[in-house]
Amino acid sequence: MAIISVQNLKKTYGNVQALCNLSFDVNEGEIYGIIGADGAGKTTLFRILTTLLLADEGIAVVDGLDVVKNYKQIRKHIGYMPGRFSLYPDLSVEENLTFFATIFNTTIQENYHLIEDIYKQIEPFKTRKAGKLSGGMKQKLALSCALIHSPKVLFLDEPTTGVDPVSRKEFWEMLKKLKKHGITILVSTPYMDEAILCDRIALVQAGEFMQVDTPQNIIDGYSENIWSVKSDRMHQLLQDLRDCPWVKSTFSFGETYHVTAKEKATIEQLNTFLTEKGYKDIESKSIHATIEDCFMLLMQKKNE
Amino acid sequence: MSKDVIVADNLSKMFGDFVAVDHISFQVKEGEIFGFLGANGAGKTTAMRMLCGLSHPSEGRGTVAGFDIYKQSEEVKKNIGYMSQKFSLYDDLKVWENLKLFGGIYGMSNKKIREKTDQLLGELGFRNERNTLVKSLPLGWKQKLAFSLSIFHDPKIVFLDEPTGGVDPVTRRQFWEMIYQAADHGITVFVTTHYMDEAEYCDRVSIMVDGKIEALDSPFMLKKTFEVETMYDVFLQLARKAKRSDS
Repeated sequence: MAIISVQNLKKTYGNVQALCNLSFDVNEGEIYGIIGADGAGKTTLFRILTTLLLADEGIAVVDGLDVVKNYKQIRKHIGYMPGRFSLYPDLSVEENLTFFATIFNTTIQENYHLIEDIYKQIEPFKTRKAGKLSGGMKQKLALSCALIHSPKVLFLDEPTTGVDPVSRKEFWEMLKKLKKHGITILVSTPYMDEAILCDRIALVQAGEFMQVDTPQNIIDGYSENIWSVKSDRMHQLLQDLRDCPWVKSTFSFGETYHVTAKEKATIEQLNTFLTEKGYKDIESKSIHATIEDCFMLLMQKKNE
Repeated sequence: MSKDVIVADNLSKMFGDFVAVDHISFQVKEGEIFGFLGANGAGKTTAMRMLCGLSHPSEGRGTVAGFDIYKQSEEVKKNIGYMSQKFSLYDDLKVWENLKLFGGIYGMSNKKIREKTDQLLGELGFRNERNTLVKSLPLGWKQKLAFSLSIFHDPKIVFLDEPTGGVDPVTRRQFWEMIYQAADHGITVFVTTHYMDEAEYCDRVSIMVDGKIEALDSPFMLKKTFEVETMYDVFLQLARKAKRSDS
């Protein structure tokens, strides 16, 4: 069942189309990822769905309530963690949490089970002012405050931006636990490696959803022949691959390049090409695409 | 043998009882791309601020571009470039105005600023954007412009603090090609990132844990030493040991 339903949503700022006719549904209990770079329209979408911004056109319904007509009721049903830290810096950790509990007519005790795993990590610092917390602690407090009224839907706008890989992993483990409580989570991120942790994802670029599906289906649907290649003289290799008439794209991926070819080119053809150019220590193989490969292919298609 | 352009010798910074940077020592060679990694709160920013002459070390010493970071911090600043994701350009100035402002700050002559402006806009394919306000440029363009600006005054070293955060995957890769170009021209690149695939693009990588440098080598050697396949796994092994964390 759809708990978020969006139809033909449009928003422009001056000449910039932030959202171009978006339609999608999020099912109850899903972790739904909005994957895209800065400026793709992620925050605009979140602000419309959390009743903080009006769309120019279109309809959005969250938990059966219209985001415009029923904006007051919706706010009781949702939790929102904005990308920018938005708690009261001059209140303590505990005061912030109490404040949010109180305005939603509840208490910390009543919903402690929901935040326990997260909040107990910052509880030793509960008398510290929120403005004096480190980045990771702020993030945990903000998540606790967004959860304290037991929302049905959680909106997390880039919760892991600028966070190191280990802390990002921990954050996603927290989200998986929240999912077990039946909370639907709409989460945005610029990190492609997080896409795989969502039930479904939307790949977004310039206000448009380029593709929506499960991460696995998106990967399985990748239409190109894709190889990973490395050799000696990697800088020169990039140039030669780009100049090769039957190579479609070459992108660096860690210590290798991911190469796609036009039409029927084979990996033997690639190896011959590289050997003739005098490369040594050539390692090439067919690979499965990553979400990042899929994203870049969609971007290329869009630009064509 | 190329010379060392960054030298840190037991560099330390204390805030009260807290040892943010704990006696780190390393050298970076001219033209090298040096990745400076670590978990949030490991002390990267503090170390970088000291190397840029913005914060005095509590103990130890360091030289950058041949200048002492404690005694000659103004000379250090003139010889380095800096770019971060958060602050890079003035949104409400035009492209050429940003270039003129930064050139002026670094004491470049008007003639030199004009020449470099033409050259830079040509190389970036931005000729038609000379009079565009920076705020109306697409984000990817801004990042490229910000990087070009950080090396506008031909510094010996450029410090890049998470330069690719939030950028789309294609632009992120184009950005790294610009970094390679700069390094090919002899500029030393000192870069922090949270993308572990980008760690692979560096000549050498250091990983900070709890204020100390726990590993420093080429990505190839680090993976070999830790017997893992990717830099992500190297990072995970080291960062897991951290006692102090940001969280």
